[in-house]
Amino acid sequence: MKAIVKYIISIISALRTLIKGMAITGHYISHPKEIITQQYPENRETLKMFDMFRGEVVLTHNEDNEHMCTGCSACEVVCPNGTIEIISKRIEMPDGKKKKVIDKFVYHLSMCTFCNLCILSCPTDAIKMSQDFEHAVFDRSQLTKVLNKPGSKLMEGVR
Amino acid sequence: MNIYDFKNLTDSIHASLSVNLSPTAVTIIEFIIIASAFMILFTLLGLVLVYAERKIAAFFQLRLGPMRVGKWGIAQTAADAIKLILKEPLVTKNADKFLFNLAPFIIILSTFLALGAMPFAKGLHALDFDIGILYLTAVSSFGVIGILIAGWSSDNKYSLIGAMRSGAQVVSYELSVGLSLLTVVILAGSLQFSEIIASQETGWWIFRGHIPAMIAFIIFMIAGTAETGRGPFDLPEAESELTAGYHTEYSGLKFAFFFLAEFVNMFIIAGIGATVFLGGWMPFHIGNWEGFNKIMDFIPSLFWFFGKVAFLIFLMMWFKWTFPRLRIDQLLRLEWKYLLPINLVNILVMAFIVLMGWHF
Repeated sequence: MKAIVKYIISIISALRTLIKGMAITGHYISHPKEIITQQYPENRETLKMFDMFRGEVVLTHNEDNEHMCTGCSACEVVCPNGTIEIISKRIEMPDGKKKKVIDKFVYHLSMCTFCNLCILSCPTDAIKMSQDFEHAVFDRSQLTKVLNKPGSKLMEGVR
Repeated sequence: MNIYDFKNLTDSIHASLSVNLSPTAVTIIEFIIIASAFMILFTLLGLVLVYAERKIAAFFQLRLGPMRVGKWGIAQTAADAIKLILKEPLVTKNADKFLFNLAPFIIILSTFLALGAMPFAKGLHALDFDIGILYLTAVSSFGVIGILIAGWSSDNKYSLIGAMRSGAQVVSYELSVGLSLLTVVILAGSLQFSEIIASQETGWWIFRGHIPAMIAFIIFMIAGTAETGRGPFDLPEAESELTAGYHTEYSGLKFAFFFLAEFVNMFIIAGIGATVFLGGWMPFHIGNWEGFNKIMDFIPSLFWFFGKVAFLIFLMMWFKWTFPRLRIDQLLRLEWKYLLPINLVNILVMAFIVLMGWHF
């Protein structure tokens, strides 16, 4: 008798869970507004990537063409595949002190695995991941980029 | 009832052909007309159902599905068909060539034979045997021979495993399909499709047969889905385990045959379900609501049949895109420990109800 009750309960609970699953997919099919597919080349102008997307490493510059990279090369050390090369130089300050600043922030996009370690390791938050994902170029040499803009200098007060 | 009878149309075609042709020639021409009609239906069903499947599957998963070929991807399946026709027919080196080439035709043959017995509308019925249901269940399970041959002759372990699974599955679930159909045969008192439909003039069996008819309908839908090898029961192809199961080694047109047969089998199962449980081409009638019934009669019987079939097909797609695939032991346990005993008890209850005259 106990076995029969168990048998019937198992059937009812199975049916209940099946209907629960069908209710979820039924909700999906009856709400076409929730569709997440992006029709990429057509919506290129309006396409907005999500915030956490890792497109490529960029060095942020403000409107006065100043960046926040002190040239500490923490990102260069932490990068697992040698994507970042920081070429620094010493310049003489007006007060006679010598200071190390970056000459070129070289970024090899072709070697980057977008692991985000450089961004996490940066003490001054100078670099970040952009949301640009259209990286295709016709020549490999174009994938080696210099991130600091010509003539840019270190922002005041960043050390 | 004043539903348009397609017998008028077929009779007028027959009469106009008989005017200046011998009876033999008339028969041959009618055979050709019916054969080409079924071939066109087969192709159209394939194209429409593949598109519907891809679109509905996409919407169930919050995707858009095919969107590029034509407006809303309408021409996608036609493009796919052209691609499949142009593909090279490959044969494995050690395959049994004769059986390998024969298998798709056996499967196609079984679907065609089953399609022939479908009552599409009032009077639009190619084969109306007095043992219609027996014939249909016999013929639709015939396709498994094609699957077994395909799996055996491919010389591929995945194909063979898929074919063997398919054999176990169809042999098991054929039983449930037959018994659940028998439940309604008890009510209708006939195996002939036209009489089963005629017996549902005052109401469909799923409503008139109390709870046992509902249970039989649910069991039929589960077992029918299993018999087509779709949805949660797609063990014969199980793409994540067996690459593609029994049709792994097939390409081009022969693969298209397997693919088409799967979708037309789904149509056949939905068609049987609609005919036996939901009244075939019979309009929806409620008791004594004369006005309502009159309005329902205005909808042509062809639309009623295809509407019901479309509903059942949608239900089967809903199953497929919701439930995870069963393991082979779970599959057999579901049949032999659950569906079969329930079905046997159900058929007894139904026989008792009919004996006492409790049904409407």
